[in-house]
Order: sequence, then structure tokens, then C-alpha cells
Amino acid sequence: MYEVIERRMIVPNLHEFTVRAPAVARSVKPGQFVIVRPEENGERIPLSVADWDREAGTVTSIFMQVGASTAKLARLKPGQTIPTYAGPLGRKTDIENFGTVLLVGGCYGIGSIYPVARALKEAGNKVYTFLEARGSFLLYWEDKLAAASDGMFIATRDGTKGRKGHIADMPAMLSAAGITPDRVIVNGCTFLLMRTSELTRPLGWKTVVNMNPIMIDGTGMCGVCRVSVGGKMKFACVDGPDFDGHEIDWAEFLARRKSYGPEEVDPLRRSSCASHF
Amino acid sequence: MADEKPTKKTLDIKRRPMPKQDHHERIKNFEEVALGYPVPTAREEASRCLDCKTALCNKGCPVGIDIPGFIKRIVEGDFAAGIRKIKETNALPAICGRVCPQEEQCEKMCVLGKKGEPVSIGRLERFLADWEAGQDKIEIPVMAPKTGKKVAIVGAGPAGVTVANDLLILGHDVTIYEALHECGGVLIYGIPEFRLPKSIVKREVDYVRRLGAKIEMDFIVGTTRTVDELLEEFDALFVGAGAGLPWFMEIPGENLNGVYSANEYLTRVNLMKGYRFPEYDTPVKQPARVAVVGGGNVAMDSARTAVRLGADEVHLVYRRSRTELPARLEEVENAEEEGVIFDLLTLPVRLIGDENGWIKEMECLEMELGEPDDSGRRRPVPVKGSNFLMPADAVVIAIGNSPNPLIPMTTPGLELNKKGGLMTSPETARTSKARVWAGGDVVRGAATVISAMGDGRIAAASIHKYLTGQE
Repeated sequence: MYEVIERRMIVPNLHEFTVRAPAVARSVKPGQFVIVRPEENGERIPLSVADWDREAGTVTSIFMQVGASTAKLARLKPGQTIPTYAGPLGRKTDIENFGTVLLVGGCYGIGSIYPVARALKEAGNKVYTFLEARGSFLLYWEDKLAAASDGMFIATRDGTKGRKGHIADMPAMLSAAGITPDRVIVNGCTFLLMRTSELTRPLGWKTVVNMNPIMIDGTGMCGVCRVSVGGKMKFACVDGPDFDGHEIDWAEFLARRKSYGPEEVDPLRRSSCASHF
Repeated sequence: MADEKPTKKTLDIKRRPMPKQDHHERIKNFEEVALGYPVPTAREEASRCLDCKTALCNKGCPVGIDIPGFIKRIVEGDFAAGIRKIKETNALPAICGRVCPQEEQCEKMCVLGKKGEPVSIGRLERFLADWEAGQDKIEIPVMAPKTGKKVAIVGAGPAGVTVANDLLILGHDVTIYEALHECGGVLIYGIPEFRLPKSIVKREVDYVRRLGAKIEMDFIVGTTRTVDELLEEFDALFVGAGAGLPWFMEIPGENLNGVYSANEYLTRVNLMKGYRFPEYDTPVKQPARVAVVGGGNVAMDSARTAVRLGADEVHLVYRRSRTELPARLEEVENAEEEGVIFDLLTLPVRLIGDENGWIKEMECLEMELGEPDDSGRRRPVPVKGSNFLMPADAVVIAIGNSPNPLIPMTTPGLELNKKGGLMTSPETARTSKARVWAGGDVVRGAATVISAMGDGRIAAASIHKYLTGQE
């Protein structure tokens, strides 16, 4: 059993979730994920890792409440325990001195991009961060990210912070600041991963996306996390989760991502409060 | 009743059938199909054994059970002695009695089989294991004094549990690292409840725990800690990490929604209990027309699972004929009884989806058998122009898998075999890396439970020799 140290809604619908898991904390690296089960009958769901404290033996993720299992996670209180917290899984994000790196984060990816920023900075890169959200109320960890970055760009749909706009404005914002990245790394929802890849392809900017498919075991056995990369079948849990965003078959990935949509939401409808509607 | 005289025993050499759940009933539940021998039937079946002076059956057993030895105890009615005899060499009798392909191993060698039917060795093994489970206490074998040597085992599947059992009895300290949230490996995630109840797997794993095995769950050797890190702490390490990524046919459409690997399909149902959704959170789709591609035991398990999930029609699509099906005959017959439709000599060439990316139909070719290939089976050859469409709203691909890649990916100094598994010496199960042994699916790809256990026995003997300076 693994003790929940912290679970709080950090911005609407996104939760910061810290668990005591010393074996994971000891070995986790940027870009990796853990598999979590919220309760004994629960399903195994992958969560990207956003931070850790090796000495305290704790690991932090940011997750969005979307379906039945994340709703269960969202009800956990500090001091409660969960039965499964396995990891780290997946290959770590490549960290070297690439020169100038642009990190793009949205949604839970604002969290998981943070350890990538920190490691790239330590490796001697010029690190710029680009955050996208619907409004300022959905931004978090700006101070942590600012400390790990040489510069930060923000675009919000409603214009409450940074530029009024979205990821499509990113190339113009960078060019106005005179920045041409040697590498772009994206963490967040599938649309952000796909849009960023589409934008950077004509610019010839190498783009690494941290994929988030459905998984079960997460250890290279079940094969549900398959992704077409450059026309080849790859498995996100052991070949990824980082892949070249210009090589992904995005239409296929989006369809696969949604394949259990009805089942994710269905148990919520059965819950007692929803039955009043 | 009172004046009934004992009649003279006549030699009845007919093999006793094992009672089964009626197929009309069993297709509606996930409970075990084969029900096991009652005591009188077991003793009758045991008395068929000729107790050959040079028993050939023993040679057919990958873990070398003294088969006439344990059968004789059943005849005598001393079941405790019988199970003790089996456990001298086999830690998992309730499992082996159910899922070993005895017809290709011990029973194939049985002298009675030359003219008639062999002794039902597997059913008798199962009988003793189940008898023991029904007793108040499970006997613990005599343990050797502690040696102070420490062994790490990667994976709590059949290979790892066998190594643990043997080394614990020999006095070594054992820690098993398991990546999943349940012990048992393929016995838990792969083989369905109706063929191997999970309570039995739990019981057999508990036995090894009672012998003193420490088990660390949710621990992925390779990433949670590397093999090299563990070798700093342990004297020897055994890798039984099991199966890896599923194979696909490399035809168009395999990433459509509704196309599953058998690993995924069975894991959802067995490990995650998807058949009990929403009581359990992991969903499994319940489509009306399911096509399972493949002809092995895993294909049979998948097809029979689809039947139980309520599919209207389940097709098993296999490119050769019924004779070449690699699955156990017993399982083929069970599947047929349960209404699985066998589309033999049929090869899928393309999977076709609807506008939302869900599988709709499968384009197939009819095949005919040509000359024998390397495996000795007649090679299936496509019939020109025989293309046809088979409607399906789910396709389960059960054509095998490669060894798990996590250990080779994270461990320097391990040589691989042709299948991408760890290279080992067949005599010792040693890998190319010092103090590391391996066995089971991580070496062989998709093989059997008993071959994994056989590897485990060899590895344990070799590790013991190494730890006690006998080599």
C-alpha cells in the first residue's frame, strides 16, 4: 500500500497528487510515468511524473479528472492509501546539451514538463517554456517553471494572461523574441501534441512528443499502447512514451485514445448524485 | 445392501473421464469447466497404472516427478504421502495438473497408451493437489539449514516461483520482485478463470511465501532498480520476467479500434476482471461478432472468453487445418462444444474499419495445404482469387509474443537469442552475464507453463551449485 501525502485540486479539474513510493522516487527520471490503481477493484492507469523528492521518497503527478478512475483518485485524502503505485516506466526523455530547447506544456503537461526543463537546464541548454491554457485560472507552477527556464511564453484563449491566443501563435511569439529552438518537447493533451507537431513540421524543428495512450500493464506485455510511428508499430510503454511528433499517425492515435470513452464516463452516470439528473 | 457379497475384481482398463460443467451452462459463467475426480474415480484411475519397473512417464516430465510413486500412494489411499511425493519436485501441482500438455509429455510415454489410453496422470496430480487444499493444514517440507546466501528472482510467474521453491528448501534466502499487482504471471493475467481458478494460483503462491519467500510487488526490475543494482545486494539473480510484446500479422488495419492482442484481451478479463465491469473498473467490450486469429491454447482461451462475454458468434480463424492446430485437443474440443466456429484454412490479409476507426470486417484468403515446411507441418498456400470478407466487430490476434524486453533494454552484458530472449545454456539456464540465470518466456517467447517450470528447476540446481561452491 502506498500513502497519499497530498492530493489537492491545484486548478479546476487538475489535481496535484503526491504519494510515498521510495523505490520509484529513488530512480525516476524526466519523461517517465507510473501506473496507479486507486483501489482494490480499480483499473491500472498511467500518470506522467511531474516531480519527486528522492530523500523524502515521494513522487508527484498532475492528473486531470476525466473518468471513473481519475474521479476516485480525486477523492483521495492525505493519509489514505492506494494499492498500486508502480514505476518508473517508459524510457526517460533524452537529455543532452541540444543548444536551445523549447518546452511546450498544457493541462497536466505543465507539470510533467517541469522535470524535463530542470534537467535540460542542468545539461547546459537555453530553456524556454511555452504554456497554453484556456485562461489564467488554469495555469499553475509558473514560478517553478520560471526558475528552470531562461524565458517563458504564455498564451491563453481568453487573454487573461500572456497573449490572447493559443499554440498556433507560438512560432510568431518565438520569432518576435528572436528564438529558434534546436528541439521542441511537448507534454500535455493529445491535441496539443498534434497541433505543435503540425506547426513545427514546416519549420523543420525537431519535435519530441510525450505520448499518453491507454495502457494496462505498462510493462511491455499487453500491447494496447501501440502507436504508428513512421509507419512502424511502436509500443509507448517500452519504446516511448517520447516519439518524434512528425512521424506519428495522429488520426489513428486520436481514434485509439477515445476507444473507451463511453466506459470511462458510464460509471459516473450510475453514481447516486448523477442519477438525480 | 447387507448381504451384498464383494464381487471378484475384473480388470477394467478404461480411462476414467473427468466430470465437466455442462456446456450449455458453462458458456454463461467463468467458473472452472473441468471438475476433477471424486475419490473413488481417482483410485480406480490410479489402479490402472502398471507401476512399470522402468517408468517411461517420468522421462516425459520436464520437472521429473516420480509419477508411479505418487500414483501408488493414491491406490493405497495415502493421499498425504502422494502429494508429498509430487512436491519433492513440483511446487505447483494444482496448476500443472490443470494446464500441462500431458498428452505430449508424461502421458505420451505411458505404456498403456501404446495399445489403449494412457493413465490420466494430469488428472491424478490435480486430484492430490485439490485433496490437500481441502485439508486443514498444508505440509511444509523439511528445509535445509540456512546458508546465508541471497537470491533475487525477477517475476512471480511459474518459472520464478519454481526457482523460489527449490532454493528455499535448499536453505537460501529468496526475494521475488513482481511488476504487476498480483503474483502468478501468465497464470493470473493469461489463463482464464474457467481453465485455472485464480484462487488456486493464490494458494500456490502463498505456499512459497510460507516457505519463506519475500515478495516485493509493483517492482519493475530494470527501471525501479536495475539488475546490476540488485547484484550488489544479492549473490545470484534469476530472470523469469515472462512474455513481452504481442505479435501482429503486419497487415493493414491492425491498429483499428476493436482489434486486440490476446495479451490485452485476456489481461482485461483475467487480471483486471473486466468480465465483472462495473464492479471492477476495467472495461472490456462485448461485441456481437468476434474473430480470434490463431490456433494455439491462447487463441482457444480468447475464443472461449468471448463466448462467455456473450458474443453471438465467435469465429476462430486459422490458416492451417484442424490437424495442425497447436492447441491441446482437449481445449479444441471444449471450444467446439461451446459453439466456437472454426474457420480453418483461412488467412486474414486486411482489416477494414468504419468511418470512426472501428473494425468492421476482415478480408481473408482461403488456403490449401502444400508441402511440409521447417516445422514439419504442411505449409498453407493461398488459393488464388479466393478473397472474401468476414464481418467482425472485434478481432483478437493470438499468434504469439516475443520475450519481455525490459531486462535486455536496461541490462548491459546480456546476450540475446534469435527470438530476442535472453540467451541461456540449456544445461544450467545461465545467461552470458555472471551470476544471472533465466528461464521461461523471457528466454523462449511464448511457451508453456511447465517448460518455464522445467527451466526454473534447472536454474535452481545450477544456482545452488554455484552458491555452495560445487563448481
